[in-house]
Amino acid sequence: MGIVKALKGDTGGQVMLAVLLVVTLVVPVLNLAVPETSFWHVSTYTVTLLGKYLTYALLAVAVDLVWGYLGILSLGHGAFFALGGYAMGMYLMRQIGDRGVYGDPILPDFMVFLNWKELPWFWNGFDMFWFAALMAILVPGVLAYVFGYLAFRSRVTGVYLSIITQALTYALMLAFFRNEMGFGGNNGLTDFKELLGFDLQSDGTRAGLFMASAAALALGYLACRMIVTSRLGRVAVAIRDAESRTRFIGYRVERVKVAIFAFSAMLAGVAGALYVPQVGIINPGEFSPLNSIELVIWVAVGGRATLYGAVVGALMVNYGKSTFTAMFPEAWLFALGALFVLVTLLLPRGIAGWLPARRAG
Amino acid sequence: MILAGMTWWGTAAAGALEEALPGLADRAFPAKQQAVQALAATGDSRALPILEALLAGDLYTREAADPPLVLARPSAAGLRLSDPLTGVDLGEVERATVKKIPLNNALRTALRGGIAALTLSSPDPAVRSRAAKDLMRDPSPESVTALRARLEQEQDAAVRTTLVLAVAVADLRVGTPEARLAAVATLEGSLYPEARNGLTTLIANETDADVKAAAERALTAIDARLTWNARAETLFFGLSLGSVLVLAAIGLAITFGVMGVINMAHGELMMLGAYTTYLVQQALPGWVDYSLFVAIPAAFIVSGLFGIAIERTVIRFLYGRPLETLLATFGISLILQQLVRTTISAQNVAVENPSWMSGSLQINPALALTYNRLYILAFALLVFVALLLILKRTALGLQVRAVSQNRAMARAMGVRSARVDALTFGLGAGIAGVAGVALSQLTNVGPNMGQAYIIDSFMVVVFGGVGNLWGTLIGGMTLGVANKFMEPWAGAVLAKILVLVFIILFIQKRPRGLFPQRGRAADG
Repeated sequence: MGIVKALKGDTGGQVMLAVLLVVTLVVPVLNLAVPETSFWHVSTYTVTLLGKYLTYALLAVAVDLVWGYLGILSLGHGAFFALGGYAMGMYLMRQIGDRGVYGDPILPDFMVFLNWKELPWFWNGFDMFWFAALMAILVPGVLAYVFGYLAFRSRVTGVYLSIITQALTYALMLAFFRNEMGFGGNNGLTDFKELLGFDLQSDGTRAGLFMASAAALALGYLACRMIVTSRLGRVAVAIRDAESRTRFIGYRVERVKVAIFAFSAMLAGVAGALYVPQVGIINPGEFSPLNSIELVIWVAVGGRATLYGAVVGALMVNYGKSTFTAMFPEAWLFALGALFVLVTLLLPRGIAGWLPARRAG
Repeated sequence: MILAGMTWWGTAAAGALEEALPGLADRAFPAKQQAVQALAATGDSRALPILEALLAGDLYTREAADPPLVLARPSAAGLRLSDPLTGVDLGEVERATVKKIPLNNALRTALRGGIAALTLSSPDPAVRSRAAKDLMRDPSPESVTALRARLEQEQDAAVRTTLVLAVAVADLRVGTPEARLAAVATLEGSLYPEARNGLTTLIANETDADVKAAAERALTAIDARLTWNARAETLFFGLSLGSVLVLAAIGLAITFGVMGVINMAHGELMMLGAYTTYLVQQALPGWVDYSLFVAIPAAFIVSGLFGIAIERTVIRFLYGRPLETLLATFGISLILQQLVRTTISAQNVAVENPSWMSGSLQINPALALTYNRLYILAFALLVFVALLLILKRTALGLQVRAVSQNRAMARAMGVRSARVDALTFGLGAGIAGVAGVALSQLTNVGPNMGQAYIIDSFMVVVFGGVGNLWGTLIGGMTLGVANKFMEPWAGAVLAKILVLVFIILFIQKRPRGLFPQRGRAADG
């Protein structure tokens, strides 16, 4: 299989995957099998928190794929993440059935509240899990494809592209804030009850979601590794370093860019779909430009163009955020801002840059 | 009681006012009505407060005391009385000892007409205008007479216009068919809401076919003019929004055009300018009207120094890496936001508007342009021209243009590009600060205010074309106007989304904006 080839020489990735495997196996056991009084017990809260971090890590890997290997600084990946999350949220809303506050068997509460009589057409099919899962991947993928096709064809690059992607997520945020859109407006989608028949509040489901997130991260990581070690990946790096030259050699630069961009968006969609059942809510705030730009700093902290660095960066920054906001809520923005400045100034290769052995990108 | 009144009035100088006043205390409504009309006919300025008090229910009668008619205001013990003619205080009494003069609807109508007729002869033109408008609302044959009489001696042009209108509107209701036809002709094209209301009512009730047809024509003409006025107003709002966008974008355009870096902290530099305005106002209490003239240079200096500091400590290490610059300046924007939150307040602060900026310029009855928006529009143009002059007429401008066109060649010619970069960045940041002063007069001043503008102002730069001030001006104004014209049918949020989508599609066709740089500078 290509897995061996994909991980060859990727020491950081091997270590990361090994740690991930151990954590994935041990944490659920410590949570479910070890009694709560024990020192070794891991609370369900922690499990959910870790699961959330893992979805962030997958999102960071998706960003690193386009930023590190293609040179596209996307400030809109939060939008793909949120779209995946909304697809999952719609499925979870339909699963509530008549247990909502208003007890309508078909319509979610917010539609009853808005006095809507029937389900909007785009909500059809979301009562089926496979359809929602497909949409969580397809919608971000298609949006990224169309957007990328338009942008790359007219050779929008560099900071232009970054700001246009930011405008994309900003526009989506404004749109999803509107009640008329049919996605719950300001409040978003929440009050979920169960996923595939499993109670979302139960410890077992939480552990299952955690393991699913870990599996998705591992698979997503491997897929990205396979891409970057393939011929396609080498062309992508060539485009990153000298776009015009690659074009003149005869490669269809736009196609490579669109393909990788769309794939990255799909990964982000999967991450979003796994994120929503764990945090129990999805609202338009996920589209905010701040979220998208914050996740870029995860990648920068970890070290771009390494993929495993993105995982490390996402986990570290988010752990820091959770700790910081709990202890010094005032100081978090100072810390985050300083992180942006210091990492770009002093640590352009991120934490991965400290590691002694550098592989060919 | 009347007798008692007569004795009292008898002692006063026997003017027309004094003769008519006792009639108000009469039990019979028709007598009171006559007294009201007589009082109004005197034209005496002292009659006005009495009639107004009567209408407000503040005029009372009392038994066996002098004077029998009193003004009363509620007080601790009951009522505090005063003489309606002289205003002399007559002490406090209990409510039961005096009796309120009762009113009926006919009397109220007479009172309003009388008050209007009295105010029509007031020495203050504004009061006369208002009185004419009051008479329009409920016209009677008498009020038309009063209006016509006033019209003949009126000197003030503005009041004359109102009087003509009032006479015409009154004629619509109570005039002969010929008078109605003439009134319709007068009102054709008038933008006063009263004219339109009068014509609408006339069309609903009119029996004379000629008058009706004429009124319908006049109404169509009015509606057509109103539509144009609405468009002019939208255009004004659009230009106003555009001027804010231009102010926000123009500093960004300079730094981006010269250095190729996106300053994500640009919005926060604007916020600093707005906060400088606030601090200047705090430092100069009582000088609100002039504080802006201090705030503008202060904001320029504060934001400019911050900008130079940012350039010297961060950006200069990141040249050639625009994406990293973007991230680093974003980090700076977070730090600046939190800085303001920590040192000043997380809440919005109140910035006062100077008095000369409140109010509005009345173009016609249906169109008023608020002064603050007008001034900011003018200010944006002023900043634009100043910047254009700096870039085209000064040595610094020449160097800035040289560096932005070809950095290596400019250095070879002896331009100290590092110094130019720092000054350019400072200039762009200073302009952001000045924009913040303008914004503080339009919107809330808070730590987050800058974030809202970074995407919009970058859109303006992209749309207008990088490195071209005219492009920024036209781009900003176009986007502002387009936004406002779409708002009525699309809603504010959707209009914004549509503009964003439009720009994304626009750069498909013209990736370098409306006014692309030409020549070698074009491909950096």
